[in-house]
Amino acid sequence: MTEYVGKANVFQSWIKERILLGLSLKGYLRSLWKPFNIVAGIIILIGLPFIIMRYTQGLGAVTHASNDQPWSLFLNWGLFTGVPLAATGYIMASAVYLFGQKDYHPMVRPAVLTGFIGYLFAVIFLLVDLGRPWRLPYPMISSFGTASVLFLVAWHVALYLSTQFVEFCPAVFEWLGANRFRRWAIGVTVGATIFGVILSTLHQSALGALFLLAPGKLHPLWYSEFLPLFFFVSSIFAGLSVIIAESTITSRFLKHRYSSQYLARLPGLTLGLGKAASFVLFTYFGLKIVGLAHGYHWNLLNTPYGYWFLVELFGFVLLPSFLFAFGVRNRSVGLIRFTAFFTIIGLAVNRFNVSLIALNWQLPHRVFFYWKEVIMVITIITIEILVYRWIVNRLPVYREHPVYREVDFEEDLLTKKAMV
Amino acid sequence: MKISRRKFFKIAGVAGGGSILGKVKSALGVEQFTGWPDRVGVLTDLTRCVGCRSCEAACNEINKLPQPKIPFEDQSVLEKERRADADYYTYVNRYPDPKNKGQWIFRKIQCNHCDEPACASACLVKALRKTPEGPVIWNEKVCIGCRYCMTACPFYVPAYEYSNAFSPNVVKCTMCYDARTSQGKVPACVEACPMEVMTFGKRRDLIQAARKRIMDHPDRYVDHIYGENEVGGTCWLYISGVPFEKLGFPTDVGTKPYPEFTRGFLSMVPAVLVVWPALLGGFYLFTKNRERMADEEEEIIPEEKEE
Repeated sequence: MTEYVGKANVFQSWIKERILLGLSLKGYLRSLWKPFNIVAGIIILIGLPFIIMRYTQGLGAVTHASNDQPWSLFLNWGLFTGVPLAATGYIMASAVYLFGQKDYHPMVRPAVLTGFIGYLFAVIFLLVDLGRPWRLPYPMISSFGTASVLFLVAWHVALYLSTQFVEFCPAVFEWLGANRFRRWAIGVTVGATIFGVILSTLHQSALGALFLLAPGKLHPLWYSEFLPLFFFVSSIFAGLSVIIAESTITSRFLKHRYSSQYLARLPGLTLGLGKAASFVLFTYFGLKIVGLAHGYHWNLLNTPYGYWFLVELFGFVLLPSFLFAFGVRNRSVGLIRFTAFFTIIGLAVNRFNVSLIALNWQLPHRVFFYWKEVIMVITIITIEILVYRWIVNRLPVYREHPVYREVDFEEDLLTKKAMV
Repeated sequence: MKISRRKFFKIAGVAGGGSILGKVKSALGVEQFTGWPDRVGVLTDLTRCVGCRSCEAACNEINKLPQPKIPFEDQSVLEKERRADADYYTYVNRYPDPKNKGQWIFRKIQCNHCDEPACASACLVKALRKTPEGPVIWNEKVCIGCRYCMTACPFYVPAYEYSNAFSPNVVKCTMCYDARTSQGKVPACVEACPMEVMTFGKRRDLIQAARKRIMDHPDRYVDHIYGENEVGGTCWLYISGVPFEKLGFPTDVGTKPYPEFTRGFLSMVPAVLVVWPALLGGFYLFTKNRERMADEEEEIIPEEKEE
């Protein structure tokens, strides 16, 4: 009996420490009563009924997806915008582990987590949007449409989701105190990173390649043989911008989870990321110009769609590229952070143009923005933020776990001694 | 060299699926599929169509589609230009006759049953496929409802049951594959037409027939068989008295088979799978070596100072 009580106590204290942030259940629930949570709760209460409606009355009841425009705003955000914004993981992991940018090491975990959650929620968007969501694994297990670009996307998103989970595993095992598993997970870091970059290169570009199959439908200014390249390169600056934006928000609102050293180094790291983003944006601008010249549709620039194309190209690509460069030169972290948010909007504008606005541009009477879809998108983003916050409040993401920092240190010493 | 449809897809698909498993069998893009030899099709002569909608009624009956609110005899539905829908696979639209003012030209529309369908190459579960007989058909058992086929189709043909929560079908004309054409029978709409607008037969015979009709009556037809070369060829063919763009036909679809638009990208995939690990692994080793050398230097320099 006493043994049983003892075990129950261990379990209770485990829950208390790891799940309830060291508070009692009552205290924890009370601590949730904060304006942010209340607002988030209201958003979810409003949005959930619409998501449920999808499963009772069909997609037509909650989206403007139609026979002519089968992919509506909901999917355009969830898949075509969500996936490039979740490119954070492969960018940071490859910069640190493959290219030796050790200074950015503290940014890897938040970036991998952002990427993992981004992909996880891309799948959740799909589960709402697909007609028969339980068949999502079909392309992986039973029915192989190997000639389809979407087949490649499905495989790679599934594999990459798993890869990112493996990449994030060290944090999970540190949280659980599973030392041996943690060492195994750390052991595969470099392999997982390389695998992740391969998968990301292919499916980020494959999302663009999907539209290669719609040459008559996509406006000629956006349709280009370089679409896969555009999508891949833009995922890089999108990922960089999300890392900046994410650290901007969390270093303010989740400051207590940051280590003081990381917090002190953050402005410098932000400048570095801004520099990279500026460079990639400028490269992307050059690519777009090459694509424009290659397509040879200069005459179309002097049409309403042409003006919109120029707004995208100069307002949301070249301008942020200069703003980033300007911010780096003047060492203005604030400007870099502002531009990161601006670039995220620019990326969304591009994806919406390709997958919604410039697609089926010849059809009359199209409605793009349907309030129910906007509500569902906001609801899912809110849940996404809550999940993210739940994890970073518990797992060692922004700071190294105090125990394991020492373990690493000792291991480092041992290997160094062995080498000498 | 005879290449089966399956083999064709296999070749094109080596990039997508095969590469994941690491099996790269042959160079891509060198083999060409020119269509099943004995595929059937329908030749539609638009100069004969009077817009009676008998074809729509026949299609509705054989496919057991819901009864429309406006009966098929009612011509008022023609006032609005329609597109294929979950409730009807074929439909007639009318366009003003450019030659005779006040007159209409009618156009019967349905799936064109491409020789190399964009929808089938878009489908990630092979729910859509081109049968050797000619019709392009959809398999309810594997479709996941992603609707990429609808985005891919240059003719805006596939429709979707948006009000169905759990088993929405992708619907389109099947050329009556299950009920009729697979048994050598004529599609329902072809049989029902009182004006003999449509001729059912082997596609190669239909092309000959269409050519002959155009040659015999050069004043009556424009010299073009729509579907002979469009998107690489379709099984449903049209001849008309007025240029096709005047009848709402998409004339910017080109003559390239749609699967080829993504073949280039897919063929790049194996290369990335091979080159990237080598390149990135190289960078990693390079970085690691640089760090080791830096560490060693750090250790050597203080010793030198001590001396």
